[in-house]
Formats: sequence, structure tokens, C-alpha cells
Amino acid sequence: MNTIKKLAGYVWMLMAPVLILFLLYQANEKISHAAVAVKSNVILQWVIILLVFTPICIGFYIFGSYASKGEYDHLPESSEEV
Amino acid sequence: MSQEKKQNNIAFVIGASSVGTLIEWYDFYIFGMLATIISKQFFPENAGTAALLSTLAIFAAGFIVRPFGALVFGRLGDLIGRKHTFLLTLIIMGGSTFAIGLVPGYATIGWAAPILVLILRLLQGLALGGEYGGAATYVAEHAPAGQRGFWTSWIQTTATLGLFLALGIIILVRSNQGVEKFSAEWGGWRYPFWISILLVGISILIRMKMSESPMFTKLKTEGKTSANPLKESFGQKGNFKMVLLALFGAVMGQGVVWYTGQFYAQSFIETVCKIDFIQSRNIMLVAILMATPCFVLFGWLSDKVGRKWIMLLGMLLAICTYRPIYQTFLNISNTQNRIDKIDLTNTITSPAKVKVDSKDNTKIYLTQSFDTAYTDGAVFKYIRTDTFQLKGAYNPMLAIDSLNPNIYISKSAKPNVVVEKTLGHHDYWQMIWLVFIQIVYVTMVYGPIAAFLVEMFPTKIRYTSMSLPYHIGNGVFGGLVPFLGTLIVEFTKTSAHPKGDSLAGLWYPIGVAAVSFVIGLIYLTNKIDKNVMD
Repeated sequence: MNTIKKLAGYVWMLMAPVLILFLLYQANEKISHAAVAVKSNVILQWVIILLVFTPICIGFYIFGSYASKGEYDHLPESSEEV
Repeated sequence: MSQEKKQNNIAFVIGASSVGTLIEWYDFYIFGMLATIISKQFFPENAGTAALLSTLAIFAAGFIVRPFGALVFGRLGDLIGRKHTFLLTLIIMGGSTFAIGLVPGYATIGWAAPILVLILRLLQGLALGGEYGGAATYVAEHAPAGQRGFWTSWIQTTATLGLFLALGIIILVRSNQGVEKFSAEWGGWRYPFWISILLVGISILIRMKMSESPMFTKLKTEGKTSANPLKESFGQKGNFKMVLLALFGAVMGQGVVWYTGQFYAQSFIETVCKIDFIQSRNIMLVAILMATPCFVLFGWLSDKVGRKWIMLLGMLLAICTYRPIYQTFLNISNTQNRIDKIDLTNTITSPAKVKVDSKDNTKIYLTQSFDTAYTDGAVFKYIRTDTFQLKGAYNPMLAIDSLNPNIYISKSAKPNVVVEKTLGHHDYWQMIWLVFIQIVYVTMVYGPIAAFLVEMFPTKIRYTSMSLPYHIGNGVFGGLVPFLGTLIVEFTKTSAHPKGDSLAGLWYPIGVAAVSFVIGLIYLTNKIDKNVMD
């Protein structure tokens, strides 16, 4: 099980930047295709989405990194262990 | 303390905490539920800066600010105590909600209106971010070992009951006043905001009588409270890795299941299926009422079999059944599927009604209603409004039939069509059943989560540590379900397929829940931490 945990960690590490790139691509596409009347609103929506999800993706990368290093092989059973 | 006294004490703790949390949820929901009216009252109709502010106030502030509230009030709760912190969040929430109900409309005070509303909405988000973690922690720290899931599940019911209360009050006021009076500048839509101050006042009185959490009091007496909860929660790898695991392995999936079952479902039934305003809300109300006891059931069960498998099963069921459930919603409300059921004797085309524009008497709106009745009791109403620019001022003596190209200059190319479908008895209950199933999933993932989070973190930084993943999972991942779901449907629209794929929006909650399910399956433990005193 610990091997699966570690290997899956690399998957999460890979997914994080892919998600950011996907969001950037979508933002660029939707903003460039938005009608003039609603353009500023579309820009704002995508800026919010990127601002919110980029730190979460970074957190996801860190999670993957911890997992790949075996940090979750044994979960703490008391607060002293935390 | 005798067993009976202990039971009474915990019952008081639950009651006092739950009432306040319920009111906070109520306050938070009424804004969202009245968003359409709020945007009309506080924002001018033209696009530009007003639309930006509207987006910020209605779409963004409600969820973005919640994690910040979690940090601010979580830290405070770990420093000065649970009781005073969540008393403060209650006052901020109640005060800002009441104040929203007092802000004059854009027509009266101009730009000050949207700015004030935005500020008050930010305060609401901050307060909610601080409330839940405090209430859950407070109850869990009072609960006897082995019953933590059961007792904290009462707190979990408040989010759903808050929604129930908000829906109920809005329907009651709207039904009594009628649509026009309800939507006026100082109309009935403000009542739910004003009622909040009364509810909050009662809750404050109750909460004042509460004592501090025994575990926090013990830490404080021993001088062991955290000096810097933020640093200890997120700056130490040992705790930070558990914050990340809680977020990605449980709360992220729980958040999307919750918001899909309770919010996306309502939005889908109303805007995609076009079910009548009152009937769509009644569907939600009945389903919520029927499913709410399951919060306590799954909370109790989690004390017996562990938290992990109940939450993961809820996610898995949601992943596997969302698409068939929403496909059935579409089938039930689809006109094409019921052509053979048309009841011609009760199908009516109403005479057209004319309304003259309040500012321009050469502009009129011609509205006609077509009611199609079906043998199963359903009535699908199509209300079509055409806008005409006349050659001269409107003459009331003019027969409507005489509206021909000779008397008007232009006619709107695209009429405004409003569809309101009222379902027959069988389909109505089938929809309730399908929403009920989704809310049972919500109770599976949400019922045990408070106990699960409390058991993950040490007492001295518990408020801070559990609040952040909770509000990122629910406020951000969950809160974005309606918006991202709608956005994904927009992506599927093409010139060949202008309506797009109505079910495409479900890929967002399904995808997030699937990732969370896999992470939870691999990394989480099912072990119940009996000792949360450490």
C-alpha cells in the first residue's frame, strides 16, 4: 500500500501544473472570445478563478510531494506525533 | 457530574451551538437565494463597472472570503477561546445581514448601494468562515468519547436546516405579497434580512449562557495554548500535511457532493428543467426535510464503523449516479416525451395583454400566455412577450389584433419567452425522490465530517487547522459548483448544438469527487481517535 501511496504522489504532482495550464488556456480562450459588452466581467471571473485555484494547485503539488516521499505511510495516532 | 446532568449539559451545548450556526447559514443563504432581486435593486441594469461589482458581491465574495474568515477567527478561537469567537462571528453575521435589508436601492443612493452591499457580503463570508469551525470544535470538545460523530452531526444538520428556513421564509413572504410587491425596492424580499436580527438576538442570549470548552479551559489553565496558531497549523510539516490530506482526501469531495445535492439540483430544476418557482422550491423543501434525520443517522453510524467508509461511499454513489439522476430530471420535464398526454380540453391560449413602457409611451410590451395541460395533471406555461416600437403614442382604444406592421416601426427580433412547468403528482414526487437521494449522499459525506476533522488536529490549534480545509473544500470547491457547472455547459454550446449538453456541468463535481475518493481511499485511515484531549 505504501508503494501505491508514493506512486500516486507523483500523479498528484503532475496533475497540479497540468490543471494550472488548463485553466490558463481556458481563461485565454474565453476572454479572447468574449463579447465587448461582457469582456470586463469575463476577465474578472477568470482572474478570480485563477487566483483561487492556483494556490490550491500548489497545495496539491505539495500534497503529492509529501505523498511521494512517504510522509503518509504512517498517519499520526496522537497529537504528539503531529 | 451524574450521567443525567452530563446528558442535559451536552444537549444544551448542542442546542445553543446549533441554533447560532443555523442562523448563520440562514443569513448566508438568503443573499444567494435573493440574488436576482438583489442585483436588480442594488445594481443598474447596464453592464460595465456595475456588472463587475455585482459579480464580486454575488458570485465571488460569498466563497472567496470564507477561508480568510477561517484563518482570522480560527486563530482567534485558538488564542482567546471558542465561546467568545463564535459569539463574535454571530454578531458580525447578524449585523451585516440586517444591514443589507436596510441599504436603499441603486435608484435612491446610486453607487453607494452596490458598494455597501459588497462590503456587507464580505463581512457575511468572513463571519461564516469563522463560525462553523468554532461550533464543530466546541461541540466535539464537549462530546463523550465514542459519541463524537453522533453529537457533532447535530451541528451538521444546521447547514441544511438553515437552507430550509431561508427557503421557507422566502416562499411564505413571496406567496403572501405576490411577485410585484415582493420585488419592489422596499418590498418583501427585505423581510428575511430583517427577521435575521430577531433570530440572532435570541441566539446571542443563548450563547452568552454557554461556558468555554472544557479542553480549551484546561489548556489555558495549564498555559499550553498556542502562541501562534497560524504558524503551528501551516508552518509545521507534521500538521500541514494533515491539513492537505483533510482537504484533498475528504472535504474537497464532500464540498462538491453537498453543493451539487442542495444547490446545483435546485438551479438545474429551475433554470434547465424550467419547473415553476414555487414548485421547484417545494421539491427542495420536502426532500431536505425527509433527508435531514440521515445526518444524525450517519453521524451515529460513524461512531460504530468509522468515518472513512461512510464518507467515501457517499462520494462513490454520487459519482456513479449523478448523470442518471439528472438525465431523469430532463426526461420528466421534457415536452417531447409527453406529446401523447396533452389534455386538449384544458389547454388554453390567454388573450394578449399590453403594457406600456413607463418612460416611453410609444413602446409597448405584448404578452401572451399559452398553457398546455397534460392528462397527468401537469401544466406547462409559455409566456411570450414581444416588444413593439410604435409609430405614435399607444392608443388604449386600439384593438390588440390591429397590431400590424402598419402601426409599429419595429418589433423585437427575439421575443422574451418565460417557461414555467408545473408537474403532475407522480412526476412531482419522482423529482422529490431524486433530490432526496442526492441529499442522502450529502448526509453521508457531511454527517461524519465534523468529528473526522476534529480528531485529525491537536486541541491547541484545532479551530485554525480544521477551519481552513473545511472552508476551501466547501466555500471554494463546493461553492463553485453552480458557477463552474453552468460555465462547462456553455463550453459545449456550438452553432450546430446551440443548447449544448445540459449534463456536462456535472463533470466538475464528478471529477472533483472522484479525485477526492481515490485520495481518501489510499491515504485516509478509518481509525476513530478516542482521545481528542491532546
